[in-house]
Amino acid sequence: MVMSPPKPSEGSWTAHYPELGTGPISYEDSISPEFYELEREAIFKRAWLNVGRVEQLPRKGSYFTKDLAVARTSVVVVRDLNDEIRAFHNICRHRGNKLVWTDFPREEVAGSCRQFVCKYHGWKYDLDGSCAFVQQEREFFDLDRADYGLVPVHCEVWEGFVFVNLAEDPESGLVEFLGPMITSLAGYPFDQLTERFFYRAEVGSNWKLFIDAFQEFYHAPVLHARQSPAAVSQPLLEAGFEGAFYKIDGVHRLVTTHGRRGSSMPPEALKPIEPLTRSGLFGPWDGPDLTGTTEGLNPGRVAPWGLDSFQIWPNFVILIWENGWYLTYHYWPTSVNTHRFEGNLYFPASKSARERIAHELAAVTFKEYALQDGNTLEATQLMLESRVIDTFPLNDQEILCRHLHQVAAQWVDDYLRSGNGGGKR
Amino acid sequence: MTVMLPAEFADLEPFAAKWCLPTERERFAARLASSMDEMQAFYDAMFPRAAAAIDYCDRYPLDDMPDDVERLMQLVYSLIMVSFPVEVWRQPHIPDSGAAYLDLVLEPEP
Repeated sequence: MVMSPPKPSEGSWTAHYPELGTGPISYEDSISPEFYELEREAIFKRAWLNVGRVEQLPRKGSYFTKDLAVARTSVVVVRDLNDEIRAFHNICRHRGNKLVWTDFPREEVAGSCRQFVCKYHGWKYDLDGSCAFVQQEREFFDLDRADYGLVPVHCEVWEGFVFVNLAEDPESGLVEFLGPMITSLAGYPFDQLTERFFYRAEVGSNWKLFIDAFQEFYHAPVLHARQSPAAVSQPLLEAGFEGAFYKIDGVHRLVTTHGRRGSSMPPEALKPIEPLTRSGLFGPWDGPDLTGTTEGLNPGRVAPWGLDSFQIWPNFVILIWENGWYLTYHYWPTSVNTHRFEGNLYFPASKSARERIAHELAAVTFKEYALQDGNTLEATQLMLESRVIDTFPLNDQEILCRHLHQVAAQWVDDYLRSGNGGGKR
Repeated sequence: MTVMLPAEFADLEPFAAKWCLPTERERFAARLASSMDEMQAFYDAMFPRAAAAIDYCDRYPLDDMPDDVERLMQLVYSLIMVSFPVEVWRQPHIPDSGAAYLDLVLEPEP
């Protein structure tokens, strides 16, 4: 029997946050080219954006580039000789060439160096961004190298997650931006979960629509029905799915679900490969219990706890499982109706072949699900663009979708009301 | 014929040339390029031997595995890769996934 989790005293999660309303909502924000142009400035050049983790910069001189098509720039993130992590716009001060790239100008790269050297005319920059060398400097006119350092981008690190902010003068620091719900995850051993599977796809939908797909589980018993044995999927489909706990903290969101380890599941609920590898969609059955490492996990004190999916504004998700591993998702817009999706799975470094094999099953299963989700999104985008229907109902299990679209509208509104964007309309 | 696997797993040699593949990208491509009969035959031969194969691989450190043991581990990975088509989908590709793709850009070694 599937029990319904208790709802707040107001009768629904949505009513618990009255500013959300309960009416049908519009997805004009996901099909309007004009709204997308505003989002570039109002959201992606104002919010803190996660671009990676410190483990991607293991040594002094390690760097990686991150292309931010939505902001029409690329940044290079580097660990300098003082172990400080810095970010710069990835552009040479001389003739505007992309500074760090290999073979393909539109591909992101990572590596290690002592200085950045432009491929075009050989200008060199130290890792702190200062211009160190100008080819045939005497040929220039009154050129002072001190005036030609790389253009810095605000860069801060929280718990090993590297964020940048493209604003000239960010409205808040990173910790203030993340707020208490997210920063209370401090202490979780992210730095020890270093075995990484990194997936990437170009998806034919607006970035917010894919976030919507992964911030409600109402779809799971239906869209993914065939992934579980019928003995399990049929009762699930009849009962439907209810999140155990929802929380909204400013611009960020959380959904928590119940869960149980595969080792406690009845055999008829399992595919044969799962007991063989002691793993599944929900991860390795024998993963470590890390719940005591931080206050911020499972703030609803749900039991038995399965996972927390922290939806960090605007385009970043940290999803932490009970059995000691986590996922991140990034949704990088490339146009109004396309985006690049990135999914990372992070496990404790395998100490044995058995552990590594359990991780492999979780990773392969993740892909089976994600591909179904991604393709469905393109179908949604196509028909929203017909504009045959302009408002759509959302139920209480879709509260986080309601919140995301509301925050996007608010940030665009704030941007317009503060006197920006006048020339763009 | 070149021997690819440890002697204890000689019965799996007929599958080694096709399914001992080092990356997920290659294993996923092999899955999409295979018939259900091919995958079923590999699954039927490999599944009953998989617990022994995992035990065998587990005796070696991950960072210092002999080549034949690493190939045996790749055979376990390929069993995982074909398990969804065989156990669930009854077809090589994921239903409703159409032209969508999801590339694994970085994965642990081995």
